[in-house]
Amino acid sequence: MKYTLSILVENQPGVLSKVSGLFSRRGFNIDSLAVGITEDPAISRITIVVNGDEYIVEQVEKQLNKLIPVIKVKVLQPDLFISCELSLIKVNCPTKQRAEIMKIVELMHAQIVDVATTSLTIQLTDNDERTQTLISLLKPYGIKEIVRAGTLAIEKGPTTARKQNS
Amino acid sequence: MMAECLKNENVQIAFGYPGAAICPFLDYLYRSPIKNVLVREEQNAAHEASGYARASGKPGVCVATSGPGATNLITGIATAYMDSIPLIVITGQVSSELLGRDVFQEADITGACEPFTKHSYLVKSAADLPRIFKEAFHIASTGRPGPVLIDVPVDIQMEEVPEFVYPQKANIIGYKPRTTGHAMQVKKALAAMAEAKRPVLVCGGGVVLAGARDELVAFAQSSGIPVVSTMMGIGVVPMDSPLYLGMIGMHGHKNANRAMHEADLIILCGARVGDRAVSAPEQMGEKATIIHIDIDPAEIGKNVTAHIPIVGDIRLVLRDFIEQSAVSVPKEWIDAVLRYKKEFVPGGEPDNSSGFVEPRSFMRVLSSLMEEDAILTADVGQNQIWAARNFNVKEGRFLTSGGLGTMGYALPAAIGAKLAKPRRQVLCICGDGSFQMAMCELGTLCQNDVNIKMIVMQNDRLGMVKEIQDNKYGSRYAMTLLQGNPDFVKIAEAYGIPAAIATSNGEAERLAKEMFASDRAFILVCRVNPDAPTI
Repeated sequence: MKYTLSILVENQPGVLSKVSGLFSRRGFNIDSLAVGITEDPAISRITIVVNGDEYIVEQVEKQLNKLIPVIKVKVLQPDLFISCELSLIKVNCPTKQRAEIMKIVELMHAQIVDVATTSLTIQLTDNDERTQTLISLLKPYGIKEIVRAGTLAIEKGPTTARKQNS
Repeated sequence: MMAECLKNENVQIAFGYPGAAICPFLDYLYRSPIKNVLVREEQNAAHEASGYARASGKPGVCVATSGPGATNLITGIATAYMDSIPLIVITGQVSSELLGRDVFQEADITGACEPFTKHSYLVKSAADLPRIFKEAFHIASTGRPGPVLIDVPVDIQMEEVPEFVYPQKANIIGYKPRTTGHAMQVKKALAAMAEAKRPVLVCGGGVVLAGARDELVAFAQSSGIPVVSTMMGIGVVPMDSPLYLGMIGMHGHKNANRAMHEADLIILCGARVGDRAVSAPEQMGEKATIIHIDIDPAEIGKNVTAHIPIVGDIRLVLRDFIEQSAVSVPKEWIDAVLRYKKEFVPGGEPDNSSGFVEPRSFMRVLSSLMEEDAILTADVGQNQIWAARNFNVKEGRFLTSGGLGTMGYALPAAIGAKLAKPRRQVLCICGDGSFQMAMCELGTLCQNDVNIKMIVMQNDRLGMVKEIQDNKYGSRYAMTLLQGNPDFVKIAEAYGIPAAIATSNGEAERLAKEMFASDRAFILVCRVNPDAPTI
């Protein structure tokens, strides 16, 4: 099963390697990882999706908490958070197929961010399932490159990861 | 400035080895009142600091240069990490502007030590040093203790800072270890104890680290719950006390393991249930209710599923137990464990005819010859198990590398312990394999006039592995025969250390008495039959 963890860390050098090193060292598998600063520039958020059972996720949470720069670890409850991912997809596109692909892009609420004579670059911000759908729709045209940012997640409603810290 | 930080932390001694990249700091150290001890190889600086930390209860400080100096420390750091020993490890690093260019004696030591340190710093500015040192000492010595590494580029060691202010407090938002046990959980635990018919208290290394010896003994006495110990918990409860059953585990006492096996309630006190202590932890909870007390939340549920977990300082939790408990252990259970204890006959009889010293009975004799508060260090291998099973640690300490199982630990740890407690008797027990791993430290010992007593159990074999090869590999002794052993008495003489060799238990006892009577360091070599069993 997939679990999404929201981790607040002190924004200091080496913190990402401390977090990611822990995963490989203890044999946990990372599905995706995304980092960025938060509303407080001294604090960064790492969003990690892990694949594992309850034991694994409990160990991940406890071991992460032991790292000194880690301020808060929250395992997000399924259905109680919104998640999305940014993807950039470069697809083969001869001029005559452009209209066809644009139709798909429109259908999926994606955007075209770059056009060239033989290719199109499409940007999509959506959940994993819909991202997969777009990729499979574009596959027949020949995908040249995919860049995915990793899942971001935020809790629904007024709850924040930090609030429950105190 | 770094020396100034150490002074503010009341550091009295630093163990280390020099090099160009740590010279500026060493120069300040030289001019400070802090005693510095030159080791003969960096790994031993960490072990000596570890022995010092365990004997003094304060973080031990060790120092090395960049590159190979730092990488040589790694085994020592990992040893301390596995046994949760507070260390401050200071390494020199190449100059900031050269970082990452693979220059002479550069190694990414914070990266390399990531898995073995509680925390680490690569210092970027001298202005951060006071805060970093304050934090490092706080992190190393609180919660579950452990080594903290501070890697300081050489230019930063020399950087002048206009004003030195040492912070009063460390304030780390992500680090607030819990100390008191949750009141509800304590209640639940007490209720389980009141109901239990066959309870057992397991004393682990956490009890020693928490300084909870008195509390554990008091609780065991007031509740009457029988006590077993892991190897790291040896010495908390004197072995001759009535309800102490012995050491559990692969090399433990049979009666202690039997009590664990039959128990319906197991109270784990600062014990992480490592594989050598409990071989099938998942089965433990099937027959017994498990109360697991540990300061490190990550230990709970890692190796064994606890029915009643309590996160907190074992000392405070035990105090809660003592105050609130009204446990009475059924007499049948007490009678049973005492009967198992009585039925248990420790192996080994003194031998005065074969030309060898019988190790197990000799350990018991040694223990009777020593002072009540003596500190014993044991290495790794057969000598460790002989000592752990047969020594009666009373008011003293038993120091060994229990987690990582690092050979060559006992001698440097003994030196560190003696420097922390100069008035206490310190005895180091080694095999001929482990002694040779740390033999270079005899130089450190002589230079600092450290009066420790050393026993080398010489069987010209790496006995523990030889035993495995006997049992599982058709007695094919790959890499276990120590042919080419030196004459250890002559080695000692070369250092000017008195030494003698014993070939029978009678002789060993007589020489041991002589050794303890002498006011100098002493090496007693005991010839041991290569086929002498571990247990």
